[in-house]
Amino acid sequence: MPEKKRKTPKLDELEKGAWPSFVKEIKTAAEKNAMAEDLLGQLERSYEEKIGHWKHGGIVGVLGYGGGVIGRYSDLPEEFPNVSHFHTMRINQPAGWFYTSDVLRKLCDIWEKHGSGLTNVHGSTGDLVFLGTRTEELEPTFKELTDLGFDLGGSGSDVRTPSCCCGMARCEWACYDTMALTYFLTMHYQDELHRPAFPYKWKFKMSGCPNDCVAAIARSDMSIIGTWRDDIRVDNAAVTEYAKSGMNIERDVVGNCPAKCMEWDGKEIKIDNKACVKCMHCINAMPKALAPGKDRGACILIGAKAPIVEGALLSSVLIPFIKLEPPYAELIDLVDRIHEVWSENGKNRERVGEFIQRVGMGNFLEAIGVEPIPEMVAHPRENPYVFYEEFFEEESEENPKP
Amino acid sequence: MAEQASVQEVADAMYKMIKDSMGQKKWKATDLTKAVNELFGERCDKNIAKSAIRDLIESGKCVYTYFGGSFIEIPHKEGAEN
Repeated sequence: MPEKKRKTPKLDELEKGAWPSFVKEIKTAAEKNAMAEDLLGQLERSYEEKIGHWKHGGIVGVLGYGGGVIGRYSDLPEEFPNVSHFHTMRINQPAGWFYTSDVLRKLCDIWEKHGSGLTNVHGSTGDLVFLGTRTEELEPTFKELTDLGFDLGGSGSDVRTPSCCCGMARCEWACYDTMALTYFLTMHYQDELHRPAFPYKWKFKMSGCPNDCVAAIARSDMSIIGTWRDDIRVDNAAVTEYAKSGMNIERDVVGNCPAKCMEWDGKEIKIDNKACVKCMHCINAMPKALAPGKDRGACILIGAKAPIVEGALLSSVLIPFIKLEPPYAELIDLVDRIHEVWSENGKNRERVGEFIQRVGMGNFLEAIGVEPIPEMVAHPRENPYVFYEEFFEEESEENPKP
Repeated sequence: MAEQASVQEVADAMYKMIKDSMGQKKWKATDLTKAVNELFGERCDKNIAKSAIRDLIESGKCVYTYFGGSFIEIPHKEGAEN
């Protein structure tokens, strides 16, 4: 039990206001955990000095794994001995983040026994994050986690823990079973998840529809986003109900369609589905009247990343439509070809999106054996990488140079 | 066709490369795979290299480390722990 209660005037400011406060939670933990108490002290010190006092460790982990533990050490170990080691553990979350309350209690019990008791549920990686433990507690924590049926997630240059939206579990718009695919990819790529063998990190994120609730298009090297290829389903009686209840369909639905592919005559809505870009706006605005079509699958995009070594990238279309059903053989074949080309030729710390920019999309497509198609053009006049050889006839006696 | 190298033989070669270049070069898994492919030629494919890395890690002779990217090294004391 911590004996002293620190004064933390700067941190106390972060308890004010209408929002949840991490300071309040750390203080609650500090009542029975010495690590949390020293964490408050070191944080207050950082706020006073405007300097971070953490050092990044690079070696700690559990036997056999290359990911899942992020080493942290205090650079003030004498002043704050209980956080001299403060390693993070990433715990592979269940697909869709579904837990029973019983399992959550058991996870918290494990962490209060072996670490600071502080968690991030969930971190931006998708994993459940345990914050703060000592090196000698890593293996015992891992043992208890595996006994409970959990595993560590990814970190470093490996396949990061795949994550997805709640998909078909709670959402009628899911165009494929995101949770099933996430589980499948997690199990299929266990070796790549735990044993880093790539130039840099590789993230899969699965969204069930173009609303993209997990922001796959901005955050993942391979974004798998649900879509459909037939017509949007329309219930005109329900559309009329929206109009009667005061919705301005012309202004708020038709007028906001980015493809301008809708018409509303006051009685029924007409959609030119060939021009629809699947933005989901109309479906989001009138969920009782409109729905995605029935011929559902996913669009595979490649190359997104947050700005770390270089700037941010959004992913762009690689496969416009694919049916995603077990055993996912076509998807796995594609991913394996990409991994092979990128692993063989990627530079250290080069994400696949940066690799594609460096070698050119045309060369990349050729290397992975995918034919270029118009849907891959990210912006008009921006990536003229396709060289149509059939349009260039060699100079010859029959075909002299003009 | 030449007889395939054993996993142990490849693991030993990898360990020697890592040990001999300690402090000068950090090895990624792909670097080690390329190096043993060059050394053993057609006697060593990617699967043998992968198994050799796994043996090195699971025996504790080597560990994965993270310094910007993930590397394979001989265990040593963490500098940041000091």
